[in-house]
Parts: sequence; structure tokens; C-alpha cells
Amino acid sequence: MNIRAMAATLAATVALPFGLANATDLEVTHWWTSGGEAAAVGELAKAFDATGNKWIDGAIAGSGSTARPIMISRITGGDPMGATQFNHGRQAEELVQEGLMRDLTEVAEKGKWKEVIRPASLLDSCTIDGKIYCAPVNIHSWQWLWLSNDAFKTAGVPVPKDWNEFVAAAPKLKEAGIQPLALGGQPWQANGLFDTLIISIGGKEIYEKVYQEKDAEVAAGPEMAKIFQAASQARDMAKGSNVQDWNQATNMVITGKAGGQIMGDWAQGEFQIAGKTAGTDYSCLPGLGLNEYLATGGDAFYFPLIEDEEKSKAQDILAETIVDPKVQVAFNLKKGSLPVRGDVDVAAANDCMKKGIDILAKGSVLISTDQLLSQDTQKQKEDLMSEFFASTSITPEDAQKRFVDIIASAD
Amino acid sequence: MVKQAAAGRPNHLFRNLNSKIASIPMILVATVIFLGGTIWTVFYSFTNSRLLPRLSFVGIEQYERLWASSRWIISIQNLAIYGILSLIFSLVIGFMLAALMDQKIRFENTFRTIFLYPFALSFIVTGLVWQWVLNPEFGVQSVVRSLGWTSFSFDPLYNPQIVIYGILIAALWQGTGLVMCLMLAGLRGIDEDIWKAARVDGIPMWRTYLFVVIPMMRPVFVTTLVIIASGIVKVYDLVVAQTSGGPGNASEVPAKYVYDYMFQAQNLGQGFAASTMMLLTVAIIIIPWAYLEFGGRKRG
Repeated sequence: MNIRAMAATLAATVALPFGLANATDLEVTHWWTSGGEAAAVGELAKAFDATGNKWIDGAIAGSGSTARPIMISRITGGDPMGATQFNHGRQAEELVQEGLMRDLTEVAEKGKWKEVIRPASLLDSCTIDGKIYCAPVNIHSWQWLWLSNDAFKTAGVPVPKDWNEFVAAAPKLKEAGIQPLALGGQPWQANGLFDTLIISIGGKEIYEKVYQEKDAEVAAGPEMAKIFQAASQARDMAKGSNVQDWNQATNMVITGKAGGQIMGDWAQGEFQIAGKTAGTDYSCLPGLGLNEYLATGGDAFYFPLIEDEEKSKAQDILAETIVDPKVQVAFNLKKGSLPVRGDVDVAAANDCMKKGIDILAKGSVLISTDQLLSQDTQKQKEDLMSEFFASTSITPEDAQKRFVDIIASAD
Repeated sequence: MVKQAAAGRPNHLFRNLNSKIASIPMILVATVIFLGGTIWTVFYSFTNSRLLPRLSFVGIEQYERLWASSRWIISIQNLAIYGILSLIFSLVIGFMLAALMDQKIRFENTFRTIFLYPFALSFIVTGLVWQWVLNPEFGVQSVVRSLGWTSFSFDPLYNPQIVIYGILIAALWQGTGLVMCLMLAGLRGIDEDIWKAARVDGIPMWRTYLFVVIPMMRPVFVTTLVIIASGIVKVYDLVVAQTSGGPGNASEVPAKYVYDYMFQAQNLGQGFAASTMMLLTVAIIIIPWAYLEFGGRKRG
């Protein structure tokens, strides 16, 4: 253990010439606070500390929607941190346009990011006017159904192979006193579930028509109506899961209190921390077992512009560290996400991660909603979906009508 | 300069010069921060500012979108229900507690402390405490069920129809103590002789309260009303701590809409439009009242 840690430190100092020259404190803000997430952050911090700098952890609890306003107001208010997490996409778009973010093009060219990072859409969303402003750290996808094998054993039904079988098994689960679908109360969770239904039940074309081309006619069409019916089924199945946070909902699946949960692959980290094995304790169905497409969202680090040469140097080193192959593997194994590089060895990955890697390799990827839609549009969708999933008084038809309005005015 | 002017002619401007200089910072704060900030907000609510304020005007588009949004309508309805009921109940309960307290009871200090104690807690703590109390698995419902009444069901925080009343309960628990104290101070200010006179005339106690004491306590009621009302309009933290607006959108309030759209949706224009509407609502209520209250006095 010790020798390995030392070897890693040595390797890092060789690879990164600024190394031990001078230790600079760099505050890094993020919203990774659940068990699996914190373990993954630990890996990043360890790698960064090994370069001779110091990672000052600035974790903000309460999910991205709580953390992002704090981060943004610190940057716009003139008190920038050393580096900060955002999701891939348009969350930091205006900050970059205002010139508040550091240009990482040099670091990216040195590290040949353009060649190693896949899918290319990740780096594209870091690129504004030909310059690169963020370092992608992982790929997350929403389109996963996590199932508790124990729960299905108790209910006496085989573990479903896809969403339709899951829906069919729901009454049996209910009879056995098991919550069929776990869903946390935070709005983004209902929103993500719905987007997952679009890709998995509707398919690639509809997803792209609605979210990329913002085609209101397709959004009003019969194909989307089917998805709203499916969402209505999901609403019935999720009724009674009185939890707020996503990891509390995941915990219901881990402990067998709930049959399944639709949640991004970050849920994987929770299963891992709980010591569960993919395949025997729990099952995962990418694309809900119907359409094996993954929308590649995830996280990237942005570096606010700081008038301090030491700090700027440390920022560059952190950017290099994040994309470093070894760090990529160590971080993503703990996090349950997929590495952003196609050239790293992930032999240690478990069954579920391997499924994800295969899908990426096949190129069955879509651009995530965070990249396609502005935060404003996402928020409106969240409002609609959280209202829809919380109360049966809204019919799927009404919800679709309001969805069409949102898409028609989307940007 | 000052000397010359003072020596020249008696000037209104320089009377009480010291106190005027002393109040300059307050005047500056009031005009620049409050008034200036308000005008700035209203001004930018007519633009399509996103994450950062931007000067591109879109007319009343933000307001049209605001009033077409079902979440905003729910927020307004919730505020109306919460506002009217919390005004009525905190005044009635507060006054009744104060009247009971005024009966020269034993241990008055102890009771007063107990009733006022919740007010020492912030809304965030209040919200969390009541989230647990009203949680069907740990709180009231499970206690009553464990006493044997197994069909008892009380879970306001998970029922969209009544969730706002769950928040109201918490707010009343927190706020009535203060109202009680204000009322008690008012009651103590009533002259003993009035009570004696009422007793001599054989007027029952409840009538003395209703027709003699309460009209005499008008200034206390006005103060209390202003304190309660300002608390109602800005209610935000209680909702965030207790339900975070849920289930769904069922317990959203306008202040939360403003925050969410300004910072989470990165749409300043929409948030400004919503806060301008809040200001307008307050103005619609305050201005006629202030006119009656102060305008009338001047004439009289």
C-alpha cells in the first residue's frame, strides 16, 4: 500500500514538472457529498495533493441546484474559488462569455485532449469561440434502471429484463409490501426520469426532434403521448416513496424496500459503498432494457480567472491531473461513472460499468439535456414534472399540453 | 462655509445640523440601496437578462410568462391562504393567550417563557422540527397509531391538497408567542380603573374585552399587524426547510419562485418580474391603508 502510494507520488512529480516547487492552496467547490461521491472526490484530492499543491475541499451539500447558485454568485461577486464543478453543457456558458473563466486551450493542446476525449461532444461543450474552458472529468448517463434482486425474490417474480416487465411486476411487488419504484422528491429527479423515458421508450429520433430541434409538433404528437402514459404509470408506481434525496431513494433499493429506481449511473457508487455486487445483489438495465442509448452528460471542472500567477499555475496542474489516465480510472471506479478517455484500462470495472463502456464504444450515445437545453428551460420542465409526479390531479394529456408550450418557447 | 452660511441668514437647511449630518448614512442607504435597488430591479424586469443583467428590452414578455406559469399561480394562492389564515389565527390565539395570562395566574413567568420560546428559533429550525413532527412514520401519526387508533391518518406534508396548512401550523407555533407578548404588553397598559368601572357597571368580562379593551389597544394591534404581515410576504425559509416546495409544486411561495428563477434557472428577468409583482401586491395593500391611517389623521 505504502509503496504504491509512493510510486504514484513519484510518477506524478515526474509527469508534472511544476511538482513540488511550491505548494499552492486551491479551493475546489463541488456538490459531491453522498458516500460514493465523497470517496471519488478523495481520489481527485489525493492525486492533486501528490503534485505538491493542496486541495482545499469546498463541498456544498444539497445537490447541484443548491450548489450552483452559490458557485455562480461567488464568481460573479468577485470571490472566485480555484476551480469548480459544473455539469457538461450550458450552465457556465454566460460566465465564459463574460470572460470570468480561464482559457485552458494550452493545457488541452499539451494533453492532446482533442484526440483522447470521447465522445467529442464533451469537449465541444467546453469549447466557446474555439477556446477550451473546462476539463471534463467523467461521463454520467441518466438512462439506467437499478433493480433490487432481493425485492423481486421476496415478491416471487423473476428480476425484470426491461421496463415493460418491471411495470407488469409492480402489482406483485405492492402485494409483498414493497414500494415498486423509488423516486426522491427533488424536482430534478422527476425531470431526469421523464427524459429517460423519452430515450428508452420513444427512442433516439424523438429525443433529438424534441430537445435538439425543439420541434413542438413532435412534442404534441402521439409518440410523445405514449411517453406521458408511461410517465403516468411510473407515477403510480412511485406513489408512497416519501424521500427527498436521490441517495435515500437508492438506499430503498439497496435495502430491498423498493423494487427499482430510475437514476443516473452515480447510483452505482452507493451500491458499491454498501458492498453490493452487480448481478447478484442488484441488476442494472441501461436504456431501461429497451433502447440501449446513453445520453452522455456528466461533470467538468471550470477554472475562474484569478489574477495570481501561483494560483493560475496550480489551476493548470489540476486540469492536467483531472484528465490524467490514472486519475480518470481511480476517480471513475469510485464514482460509478465512465472515464472521459477512450484509452484507459478499466479492467477493474464491474458488470454495470462494462455495459456502459460497451455502449459508449458502440457509439450509441446522445447529447445530454443539460447540453441541449438552457437552465431556464430545464427549470420549467422540472416544475412541470415535479408537479405531475406529486399529484394525480394532472392528467397525462394536460401535462403534455404544458410540455408542448415549454418546448415551443425553449432555447 | 458652514459658519458663513449660518452667519448670513437663518437657514432651514442648517437647523439641527448635527442630527442631519448623523442621518446622512441612513438616508444614503435608504435611497441608494432600497430605492435604487428597487428601481433597478423593476427596470431590468423588462429585459431578457439571463445569468447576468443585460440591456435588451422585451417589453412585458416576462410578465406574460409569469402569469401563464402554473407554479406562480399556485404560489400566489398559497400565499393568500397562508397569509389570511396566519393573520387571523395568530391574532386570535395570541390575544386569547394574553388575556388568559392577564388573569393574575400563578407561574405567569414560566408560561410566558414557554409560549415565547419557539420565537427564539429560526424558521429553518422550526421547519425541520415540524417536518419530523408531521412525518407520518415518526411523528404525530405514528404516536397516535401506537396508542391503538390504527386508522388515524395525518400526513399534511405528503398531501398536496393540505400541505400549506402543515406549514401554517409550524408558522403559528413559532409566531404566536411574540403576538401574545405584544398583546400582553398592551393589556398591561390598560388602566386598572377601567376594569373597576366595568365591574361596577356589571359588564361581563368578555364584553369588556371586546368593546372596551380592544378598541383601546388599537396602536398595539397596528404594530402587531405590520410585524405579522411583513413576515407573511417574505415567507421562504420555512417552506424550504419543511417541504422545499413539495410535494411537487404544492407548497411553493412567491419568494421561492423569485429565488429559483433568478439563480437556479439563471433567468434574472423572470425573477425580477416576479419580485416586482410581489412589490406591487404589497403596495396595493399598503398604500390605501397608509392613506387611511395617516392621511385621515392629518385631516382630523
